Amino acid sequence: MRVAARLRGYGRPRELVVRYVVLTLVLALMVGPLLWQLLSSLKGDGEAIFGDAAGLIPREPTLEAYQTVFDQAPMARYMLNSLIMCALTVTSQVIFPTLAGYMMSRQGWRGRKAVYAVLIVSMIFPFESIMVSLFMMVRDAGLVDNLIGVWLPGAIAAVNVLIMRATFDAVPDEVEDAALLDGANEWQRFTKIYLPASVGAMMVVIINSFIAAWDDFLWPFIVLRSENLFTLTLGLSRMAESSLGYDVRIVMAGSVISIAPILILFIVLQRWFYKGVAEGAVK
Amino acid sequence: MARGGAALYRAWWVPFLWVGPAIVAVAVWGIFPFVNTVLLSFTDAKPLGGGGAFVGLDNYARLLDDPDFWLATKNSVLYAVFAVPLLVLLPLILAQLVFKKIPGIGFFRSAFYTPVLASMVAVGLVWQNLLSDQGPINTALGKLHLIDDAVPFLSDSTLILASAIALTVWKGLGWYMIFYLAALANVPRDLYEAAELDGAGPVRRFIHITIPGVRLTMMLIGILSGIGSLRVFTEIYVLGGATGGPGGQARTLPFYIRDAALDPIAGNAGYGAAISVALFAMTCVLALLAHKFGSKED
Repeated sequence: MRVAARLRGYGRPRELVVRYVVLTLVLALMVGPLLWQLLSSLKGDGEAIFGDAAGLIPREPTLEAYQTVFDQAPMARYMLNSLIMCALTVTSQVIFPTLAGYMMSRQGWRGRKAVYAVLIVSMIFPFESIMVSLFMMVRDAGLVDNLIGVWLPGAIAAVNVLIMRATFDAVPDEVEDAALLDGANEWQRFTKIYLPASVGAMMVVIINSFIAAWDDFLWPFIVLRSENLFTLTLGLSRMAESSLGYDVRIVMAGSVISIAPILILFIVLQRWFYKGVAEGAVK
Repeated sequence: MARGGAALYRAWWVPFLWVGPAIVAVAVWGIFPFVNTVLLSFTDAKPLGGGGAFVGLDNYARLLDDPDFWLATKNSVLYAVFAVPLLVLLPLILAQLVFKKIPGIGFFRSAFYTPVLASMVAVGLVWQNLLSDQGPINTALGKLHLIDDAVPFLSDSTLILASAIALTVWKGLGWYMIFYLAALANVPRDLYEAAELDGAGPVRRFIHITIPGVRLTMMLIGILSGIGSLRVFTEIYVLGGATGGPGGQARTLPFYIRDAALDPIAGNAGYGAAISVALFAMTCVLALLAHKFGSKED
């Protein structure tokens, strides 16, 4: 009865059972669609996906659908393009907001308030209400149908500057005072004291930017025309509209491929993900 | 008080080396485009070049007479009307459910968060298949003898909107759940114990302690999910197809902006810019309403 004894601390047993039952029902609702997707993608050619004959579990699980996705669609190319987008976005979103966030957390320089105002104002306009203008700007820069054109407008976000600033604000003054006494110059103080103290916030920025770039659809959809430049989300939706889309297994395999990397990242780096939500709420 | 004080001998231009790239980027890609949108809305600019002549208020006049614009506006407003209450309430219940640290709760929290991480296109394609005429949901409803013919989730424009709202809510639940988990941690536990001693059941405790305790978070989520509803594009695109439902009947405002402004052949960026200004105005109205609503309750 050791289990029962251990569980006693969590409330009345009946209440606890009800709680687990409800949790399991909600779990079915939240994860059920994703599970159906995974299981459907593992079904063989002859197996029913729809209708009365369709079972949930594949009778003979196979990776055929995944093979087909990579053979018949430029899936590897789509993934590469998405990875390029992620690499560009993560790099710019870490470097520049970190530098700006550091200086925004310093007091006593002229123009700080104005810079702060610019940052705040830039967060007011929803992307959808400026995307026409963004497209015209990218067009004038000759970057339509170019991954740089997809990257540039979202390369640096004000919210990340604010996240980094909040982290630098939290570093105790005493640490800096000690470094000042040692005669460290500003760049040295930044790299030796402030950067190490901000690794957590950087992780949050990295994860947020990576997922945003990986999952984005509308902007790449507007900017990109050539299939060999398509990101994964774009390629996936195009594939579903094409003749390949008639085979549900293949579409499901494609969307598993799109979700899996993020999920793995989530499992490995879980605590940073939740931290990210809290930081994002500052906005 | 040494923090970056004048004692640090920083030349006036040094701070701008640090903030420069970020500030230029957000001004160029975050603020200028809105000014430019307003300017564009007085022209007949074409998305691939050409046009651009000043047309005064023509685009706005056209807007008022455009049934497609009003349909898209109606769809977007309806979207918010249904999605916001669901996204304010359901994640709170969810958070309440996973708040107590019982064995295995970490697994449930993570599982409920999974849809948040996936791209809308990927989960939208899953839902599209779940909801299709021969999909598992229609099959199940048929087996239970609830329906004779398949429910046209993806071919009836009202049902497309309803399905898209369900998808938005499903995908957003885990995200807002985390907001509420943080808020619930700040509600004093002894309030619950006192209420329990007074004989208040779970429902009454929820209404009288939990809801007042997380009211600010509810406000925040109301605004965020409201703005989110006005921004919906991908859900409609994946569930209703590239046309946005039959005859474009399920198009939301961003969808209509895309169609009206950026179609390479028939697009009119000037007109699309006018719709964009209208969309921004609606966002402002929503934020102001929420603000008024929120401060009145104090």
